[in-house]
Amino acid sequence: MKVTIKVNGNQVAAEVADRTLLVHFLREVANLTATNVGCDSTSCGACTVLLDGKSVKSCTVLAAQADGSEVTTVEGLADGSGEMHPVQAAFHAEHGLQCGFCTPGMVMASVSLLAENPSPTEEEVRTALEGNLCRCTGYHNIVRAVLAAAPALREGRSA
Amino acid sequence: MIPAPFTYKRAFSVDEALDLAAQDGDEAKFLAGGHSLLPLMKLRLAVPEVLIDIGRLRELSYVREEDGHIAVGALTNYDELSRSGLLARELPLLAHASGLVGDPQVRHRGTIGGSLVHADPAADLPAVALALDATLVARGPSGGREIAASDFFQSLFETVLEPGELLTEIRIPKPETPRRWAFQKFTKRGIDWAIVGVAVQGGSVALVNMDQTPVRAAAVERALADGAGLRDAAAHAAEGTSPSADINGDRRYREHLARVLVGRALEESQARA
Repeated sequence: MKVTIKVNGNQVAAEVADRTLLVHFLREVANLTATNVGCDSTSCGACTVLLDGKSVKSCTVLAAQADGSEVTTVEGLADGSGEMHPVQAAFHAEHGLQCGFCTPGMVMASVSLLAENPSPTEEEVRTALEGNLCRCTGYHNIVRAVLAAAPALREGRSA
Repeated sequence: MIPAPFTYKRAFSVDEALDLAAQDGDEAKFLAGGHSLLPLMKLRLAVPEVLIDIGRLRELSYVREEDGHIAVGALTNYDELSRSGLLARELPLLAHASGLVGDPQVRHRGTIGGSLVHADPAADLPAVALALDATLVARGPSGGREIAASDFFQSLFETVLEPGELLTEIRIPKPETPRRWAFQKFTKRGIDWAIVGVAVQGGSVALVNMDQTPVRAAAVERALADGAGLRDAAAHAAEGTSPSADINGDRRYREHLARVLVGRALEESQARA
């Protein structure tokens, strides 16, 4: 079927098989390969993207279900000036990654959290990232990064 | 891992969804958020030939107060349920349990109706619907009908709905004591299905994952009605149940968990009241 999705602000239209998953549409049709396929079973969160502003696991959404919607991947976060999004900058500054495989999903889940809850407590951050597995960091620096990004994002919004 | 080939159809109204389902009969399945169905399809445990996407029927996404009951549209997702001020006030059990399903990403997609018709005894909301004495409203080719939650779940992944019948609304009577509620579940990780769970509303107690369907803990309810103490009542939690054994626990382990969790839930609900 014909699927049209606005990915990171650009309309991407393609004829795809009905069973095409959103994550494969993003990687193979839109050629945006930052979004990783991890467990493929709605557990690990590596494939997390924003669908109409809300975090979803793109391995468990059909491209057809996202037809006509807006999707944001981690490639779409920075504003194009070369400057990182506050959440990306905080993951960098706080060393919130090691191998990096979970990072695109982790960052997108964090962006979704901070949109819903701009001032989360540490416990709220940990709970909100329950659906994202990291096998390297032990999570502490990821949580620190999200907590560090929160004020930066709030200031960015009020500016 | 992708599903076996199927034909995708999209409905823009309930009537259209029913028409599409009538065309394909047994071969078709409705697709709501897809968070129960798509994982099964990837594993080839479900191989429908046609998916009828009802995910865009915003007419089925609502929480509203009607005379004496709360009406919840079948396509309302867990995230919306957990954030509903009306539910927080009138049915805090449903709001709270919805906020504990899966993880945020799952809650953004999964729907109450999808969970109920999927009828996984390990899922949280079927037991919540039982504890709340919900009535499920369905529409089919031969009209609409109302089904008590206690009659709805037939067996593992099986409900009384006929092919082509669509769950549209969940009607829940306002509890006499809305604050007397509790929800407990035991999981290894936050995002896992409950090994055992329990939903309490007033004197109603329903169990997650203690049988082929969600079940009322009838012996506990009788003991409570007869004036037993909470701990004594909870000791009956596993009576009449038939939990399955799996990698997470054998039957005796689940029976023990049920007694412990029911005890905690009863104390929690009493402390809240």
